[in-house]
Amino acid sequence: MTSTNKLLLEAKGITKYFGTITALENVNLKVHEGECLGVVGDNGAGKSTLMKVLSGLYKPSAGALFFEGKEHVLDSPKDSQNLGLEMVYQDLALAGNLPIGENIFLGREPTKNIGLLKFLDFKKIQEMTSAHLEKLKINVKSADQKVEELSGGQRQAVAIARSTAFNAKVVIMDEPTAALAIKEVGKVLDLINKLKSTGVGVIVISHRMDDIFTVCDRVMALFQGTNFAESQLDKTSRDEVIGWIMGKK
Amino acid sequence: MDDKEKKQDTLYVKLIPYFEKYGILLLLVIMILVMHILQPDVFLSWRNVTNVFKQISWQSMLALGVFMVIVTAGIDLSVGSIMMLSLMILAIVAKAGAPWFVVVLVPLFAGFLCGLINGLGITLLRMPHPFIMTLGTLYIFRGTGNLISGGTPISGFTDEVRYLGHGRIDLTWLGLEKSQYLPVSLVLIAVVYFVFWVFLNHSRTGKWIYAIGGNPSAARASGINVNKILIIVYSLCGFLSGIGALILAGRTDSGYPNAGLQSELDAIAACIIGGASFFGGRGTVLGVFAGVMIMGILRNGLNLMDVSSFWQQVLIGSIIVLAVYVDVLRRDFGTRK
Repeated sequence: MTSTNKLLLEAKGITKYFGTITALENVNLKVHEGECLGVVGDNGAGKSTLMKVLSGLYKPSAGALFFEGKEHVLDSPKDSQNLGLEMVYQDLALAGNLPIGENIFLGREPTKNIGLLKFLDFKKIQEMTSAHLEKLKINVKSADQKVEELSGGQRQAVAIARSTAFNAKVVIMDEPTAALAIKEVGKVLDLINKLKSTGVGVIVISHRMDDIFTVCDRVMALFQGTNFAESQLDKTSRDEVIGWIMGKK
Repeated sequence: MDDKEKKQDTLYVKLIPYFEKYGILLLLVIMILVMHILQPDVFLSWRNVTNVFKQISWQSMLALGVFMVIVTAGIDLSVGSIMMLSLMILAIVAKAGAPWFVVVLVPLFAGFLCGLINGLGITLLRMPHPFIMTLGTLYIFRGTGNLISGGTPISGFTDEVRYLGHGRIDLTWLGLEKSQYLPVSLVLIAVVYFVFWVFLNHSRTGKWIYAIGGNPSAARASGINVNKILIIVYSLCGFLSGIGALILAGRTDSGYPNAGLQSELDAIAACIIGGASFFGGRGTVLGVFAGVMIMGILRNGLNLMDVSSFWQQVLIGSIIVLAVYVDVLRRDFGTRK
């Protein structure tokens, strides 16, 4: 399914230094429409750094990002969001003190004008939130519930809902199931499959082979900041991928 | 799981959010009732009530500014010094014979500028915590105020300058007596608090202030320019301290070196009593107002009963500890870990 679909995101020769430390060296990555790419690697292999480069949080020291065939320089997460590239962070990046709806629209709240002043349009936030949660079949009591009152799985669902509320084309998820109870993992993986079926390209960073082998179409391994191995999922095995993580081919 | 959540929806659980929102007002009402019972003739008299409002007028401005800063999980220790410096600048400009509208605008501008310095220091100099930057400016601003004034009081302002702090709105047209006037400072408190309530709850910037307090990395990841918002917050806090200076100038008709000494601690106390959380992201404008009122009424009531000011200190301190303990309990109940 992969190579025939449209190429959405491509990273070429990404290199990132932090002072004298080389976090990434000449890393390449591709993701197509409706495809899920699994990125694996040991701690410190550079997965999170790569994702932060893709989302515009870090600027690469060298290399280029292409989105739908055009080169883009990302100065901030805002730039990547504008391109339709969304990130679901490992620490969820939700504000627990705010309701679900306001989290989903944080930074992009709909407003209405009263005179010359712009006010938040709470009604619209609630309507759009309910519709969006409905679309993704995410069950919560109400869009007004504060995020800190939710379970880990519900929070993850909100984080994913947040990433897809603005017609995202590529969603990057950093350890989407790491903090979840076992029965919540399945729901999140279902959600990822649902995103794929709508044509979204998904990148999943995960340690869990179960996740990778449930939702991904292709898997690539980073080792010490470089591309180590890559394969279609049906042409590899769990043991081989685990070997890649440890630097064995 | 659904069953469990339904079971939790007892009346008690349903009441929690209301208690969270309005519990502090309940405390305020109880205090008013107790004071009324203890001092039935005096406490709720027109004169005493307006007196309380006049006494809290400038503190309420500092508290509101500090509140916004606390919502971002920051702190501003310099508000008392900002107010004193703005007051001294006002006094010098007034003595120099500037027209009244210049004298009125100058402290607002000076306060804003001081706040801007705090904000820039915290963000550009990357101070490890706002405590340190504002502790520094607490000394710097007060020192500057003393330098420019020579450390001596400067007195005597025109009526226009004193209007906000000292003015009276005559209510005789309502059939009330001449002594039953409305202090202009009370109207000012109402207007300023309303404007900032709208700003914090109904504008995007206001929502982002809460978001930064709730989870700064979430705010950053959402594309919010956290540093810009922080600079706005500290600048507004300074601006409100400038309004405080203007009110104080009206009330005392004087710029004096000890103005606002330790008032930053009163402002922080009012926020904490009013339910603002030091962890950031939590608290309401209404709560801060209640916090300011509680401190004002406590002082006023204890004065009426001739209780020593030492006891006032002990009581206010106890209320702070109690209020924060309630906050701790609320966090235990209210959030999943």
